[in-house]
Amino acid sequence: MIVGKLQELVLELKVGDVMTADPITLGPGDRMSDLRDLLRAHHFSGLPVVDDKQLVGIVSVEDFIKFLGNGKDDCAVEEEMTGVVQTLYADDSLTHAIGRFESSGLGRFPVVERSGGALVGIVTKGDLIRGMLRRLEAEFHEEEIHRYRASHLFEDVEADATALTLRYDVAGQDFKRAGEASSRLKRTLSHLGIRPDVARRVAIGCYEAEMNLVIFTDGGTIDAQVRPASIVVEVRDEGPGIDDLEKALQPGYSTAADWVRELGFGAGMGLPNIRKMGDEFDIRSTAGKGTVLTVSFDTSEAGDETD
Amino acid sequence: MKLTDLMEELDLGVRVAGDTLNGEVTGGYASDLISDVLAHATAGDLWVTLQTHQNIVAVASLKDLAGVVLVGGREPQEDTLLKAEEEGVPILVSRMTAFELVGRLYALGIRSAELEAVEV
Ligand SMILES: Nc1ncnc2c1ncn2[C@@H]1O[C@H](COP(=O)(O)OP(=O)(O)O)[C@@H](O)[C@H]1O
Ligand SMILES: [Mg+2]
Repeated sequence: MIVGKLQELVLELKVGDVMTADPITLGPGDRMSDLRDLLRAHHFSGLPVVDDKQLVGIVSVEDFIKFLGNGKDDCAVEEEMTGVVQTLYADDSLTHAIGRFESSGLGRFPVVERSGGALVGIVTKGDLIRGMLRRLEAEFHEEEIHRYRASHLFEDVEADATALTLRYDVAGQDFKRAGEASSRLKRTLSHLGIRPDVARRVAIGCYEAEMNLVIFTDGGTIDAQVRPASIVVEVRDEGPGIDDLEKALQPGYSTAADWVRELGFGAGMGLPNIRKMGDEFDIRSTAGKGTVLTVSFDTSEAGDETD
Repeated sequence: MKLTDLMEELDLGVRVAGDTLNGEVTGGYASDLISDVLAHATAGDLWVTLQTHQNIVAVASLKDLAGVVLVGGREPQEDTLLKAEEEGVPILVSRMTAFELVGRLYALGIRSAELEAVEV
C-alpha cells in the first residue's frame, strides 16, 4: 500500500521530472549495425527512432535479436523497428505513468510534446523509482519527513535494486565535531522508521568508525545505504592505512596517543565493536593508501523489537 | 526509578536537564572507556563516569542512555554543556567517588542490564 509521503510524490511529480531528457536516438536510415554498437556501448534495452525531431518508432533488443535470427544483411533501422508507438507526455503525473506501465507491460515509454509530437525524453520504470527516491532524499536533508516507514517505501518499489544513500563527510582530528555524522545518521534512520534497536546498532558501529577517521586519518566519508532489507555502511579514508590488519582487529590493540586515551578512546575495542554490531563485516586497507570498511546490518527478519 | 527521584535521594546536581529528566532509569553503567560504554551499556542506563568532555553527549544520545553523572566533584566542560542542551541529554554531577555512587545506586535497586542478560 502506498502511504503518506510516497503517495504525495506520485501525484506531485510529473513524467518530465524523472525522465531522461534528450535521449540518444537513431534516424530511420541508420543501420542495424549502428544499433548494435549503441546497445553494446550503453546497455540500452531500446532506442527511439526519430525523423526530423518526430518520433517515428522504437527499436529494441528484441528487434535486434529477431533481425539476427532472420540472417538478414545489414539494413535500415526503419525496416526492423516497431512503428506504432505508445507514448507519455512530460506533464503526465507519475500515477498516470505507473498505470500505463502496468496495463501495457512495456518497459519504457518515449516522452513526446503534447502538440507536434516531438521527442523530448524517454522514461523507464527505474526512472520512476529513482526520481521518487531522489526527491525523498532531497527532503531528508531538510529533515521534513517524519513518521512514515521505510519498509512501506520499499514495498511499493519494484526493481532489482533500490537504495537510498546518505553521505556524511568527516573531518580528521576534529574532536569537537566528532560523532556528529553518527548522530545525524541515527536521527535520519529513526525518521525513516527503522527499528530503534537496529538504528542504535548502526549508529554505534558508525560512531566507532567515525572516531577512527577523526583519530587516525585526515578525514573521510561515511556512506549509509538504506536498502529494503539491510543498511550497508561504507567508511572510506585516504590514509595512512593499517599495516597489520590482523593486529588491528584484535581487542585491546591500539596505536592511539596517550592524550587520546585519556579522553576514554583508544581502548582497542572499536573494530571489534563494529564487527559485533554488524551482520557482515569487511575491512580492506593498504598502508600509505587508505582504508575501506564495509558493515551491513540486517533490518528484515529479527522478529519483534527487543527493547 | 525516576531520574528525578535518584537526584533527590543521592543529592545529585543538575547541569543540563535534558529531555529525559522525568524519565525512568532502567539500569546503570560505570565506565570511563568510550568503546566499553558503546559495547556494553543498555538503553535507559544511567552512566557514571569521570569523563567530562563533549564526546560523552554523543555516546549517551546514540545509546539512548537515561543520563550521565560525572563523579568526584568534576564539572562538565563548556562544550559538553552546549552539546547536551542541543541533544537533550541530562548531565548531572556528584561529589561522591564512582565506587560510592554506584554502591548507593545499587542499594536503591539500580542494576546493570547487561549482567542480568549474561546471568550472574
Ligand atoms: N581508518 C583507519 N586508518 C588507520 N588506522 C586505523 C584506522 N582504523 C583503525 N586503525 C588502526 O587500528 C587500531 C585499532 O582500531 P580500533 O579497534 O578502533 O581501536 P582504537 O580506536 O581504540 O585504537 C587503531 O589503534 C589504529 O592503529
Ligand atoms: Mg577506534
